[in-house]
Amino acid sequence: MTAIPQTRPYVNFFDEKRGFMSWLVTEDHKRIALLYFYAVMGFFIVAFVLGLTMRLELIAPGATILDPQTYNEIFTLHGVIMIFLFIIPGIPAIFGNFALPMLIGAPDVAFPKLNLISWYLYVLGGLMALSTLLYGDGPADTGWTFYAPYSVKTGTNVTVAVLAAFVLGFSSILTGLNFIVTMHQMRAPGMTWFKMPLFPWALYATAWIQVLATPIIGITLLMIVAERTLGIGLFDPALGGDPVLYQHLFWIYSHPAVYIMALPAMGIVSETIPVFVKKSIFGYKVIVYSSLAIAFIGYFVWGHHMFTSGMSGPARVIFSVLTFLVAIPSAIKVFNWIATLYKGSIDIKPPLLYSLAFIFQFAIGGLTGLVVGALATDIHVHDTYFVVGHFHYVMFGGTGFAFFGALHYYYPKIWGRMYNLKWANIAFAIFFIGFNLVYFPMLVLGMMGMPRRYYDYLPEFTLPNLISTIGSWVLAIGLIIMIVNLIRGRKGPKASTNPWGSVTLDWTHTQSPPSLYNFDETPQVERGPYDYRNYEQYLQEHNKN
Amino acid sequence: MTDTHDTHITGYRFSILIWVDLLILTLLTIEVAQFDFQALTVIVALLIATIKSFLVGKHFMHLKFENRFLKAVVIGVGALFLAVLIVLFSDYLFY
Repeated sequence: MTAIPQTRPYVNFFDEKRGFMSWLVTEDHKRIALLYFYAVMGFFIVAFVLGLTMRLELIAPGATILDPQTYNEIFTLHGVIMIFLFIIPGIPAIFGNFALPMLIGAPDVAFPKLNLISWYLYVLGGLMALSTLLYGDGPADTGWTFYAPYSVKTGTNVTVAVLAAFVLGFSSILTGLNFIVTMHQMRAPGMTWFKMPLFPWALYATAWIQVLATPIIGITLLMIVAERTLGIGLFDPALGGDPVLYQHLFWIYSHPAVYIMALPAMGIVSETIPVFVKKSIFGYKVIVYSSLAIAFIGYFVWGHHMFTSGMSGPARVIFSVLTFLVAIPSAIKVFNWIATLYKGSIDIKPPLLYSLAFIFQFAIGGLTGLVVGALATDIHVHDTYFVVGHFHYVMFGGTGFAFFGALHYYYPKIWGRMYNLKWANIAFAIFFIGFNLVYFPMLVLGMMGMPRRYYDYLPEFTLPNLISTIGSWVLAIGLIIMIVNLIRGRKGPKASTNPWGSVTLDWTHTQSPPSLYNFDETPQVERGPYDYRNYEQYLQEHNKN
Repeated sequence: MTDTHDTHITGYRFSILIWVDLLILTLLTIEVAQFDFQALTVIVALLIATIKSFLVGKHFMHLKFENRFLKAVVIGVGALFLAVLIVLFSDYLFY
């Protein structure tokens, strides 16, 4: 494992080595994080444009710009890219990779080469998914869930699409494994488990899900390939298979995967709120235990995706009860974040705004989740736009906003420059309004009975769809302003090493941008991660300048 | 990390014996598939598979040389897998 070499003059990790090749063969966790960043953002923009295209098609009833088959292919590719290439790897692979070693006082992750391999697998999987656009009968038209038996029968490029997801799964497993070993083996002296910041704890809980649940989707997707190529009859009823078994196997991974997406975002929120409130987080240990509880209980709730699929009555009751149980630790976190804000010295900065938006939107996503988690109400809203709205409130309103919050939070640490705060606030406001304009009408449409996955709808659904489509343009404007502001920030004023006044090791004991091995010497940890008593004096003693 | 490879050496003869055991258990799986055990069919198949996993884990993956923590992790994962199966069969058993 990497050891911190003897003290040497400060050189930031960008200048340590120069040239394109130095990036392609890098083992530095910060460079790999940036490799992930550019790749993830590239895929995100592609999927975002696909989403805009879908919304444009739905601006009015009837065919507008897409035919039904193209619409099916576009929503599938939008889902596959957003889920497997943006939301799942986004926070862990970028901000986890970048910050985890620094947060625990380590020079790198435990297996730097494995880290680089994870990125290459990610890129390979991403290119495989995109390649389905280019040949045969076009990209898969099954939805991102690849439900059998349709995924076995359709002539579109399902085989390559599921193999792409398979390769991406390997990338995810290797990242999770790396993080688990890093946290077990490489914490700085004095950093006991309960002195570890909450973002690493969230990554730890996530990593166990990545390692334990992802192989199930891997083998399930291979079963789809086997069924398509060899006609084995695992899921196709015509061949003696069971399509409900596919749904079970798919969701045994894909529901825990929702927590792979949500837990790191919760970690970012737990990390940022104390910094901008200058107050210790409320209920540190309870947040830790709730992360582990979410990871554990989250394994046993997958059946709530299948209430209308023909499961047995007792199974439906069991899954509904377990679903309500998993809401408890999630709610605990929300209460703790709000309690942290209470009587705090709140400093409204862009990262905090994104975290506050997370709480608001995640709460809506969580509460609408209870509507679909309850057996009786789910029957009414299953496969309607209510589910689309709920899912996007959790994933985009929650994790997506936390992703951009993390980007604004770590920006001065990564590049050593500061973006324009005023424009960042404006971008946030437009982004926030746009988001709610897109997705709140979907909840209403779902209650009205509009089914999902159709390119057309009845005239009575026109107004909410029109509002939603206009909202997508507002959202896009907010995103463009945000990206332009962040790109311009690269030439902005030099940021101090700790502009937010955080007391965690990543800010107090490293330069901005950090050096190759992060720390001049291995830090000794004596305080809790969110101990803001006399923090000004503490920062004066420890900040690098 | 400490290099403990010198304590992990097992002879080819022993490894081949375990491999033969695995082959026999595979043949047994094929043989018992011809009988209808009704509700026990899955349990019988999983029982044989569990014995095979145990042999692979203990001998080929060197778990017998590992410390208690690692063994506890493997047992924990096994328990999780079992719990997932039980919840899964709450659908099939009551259907």
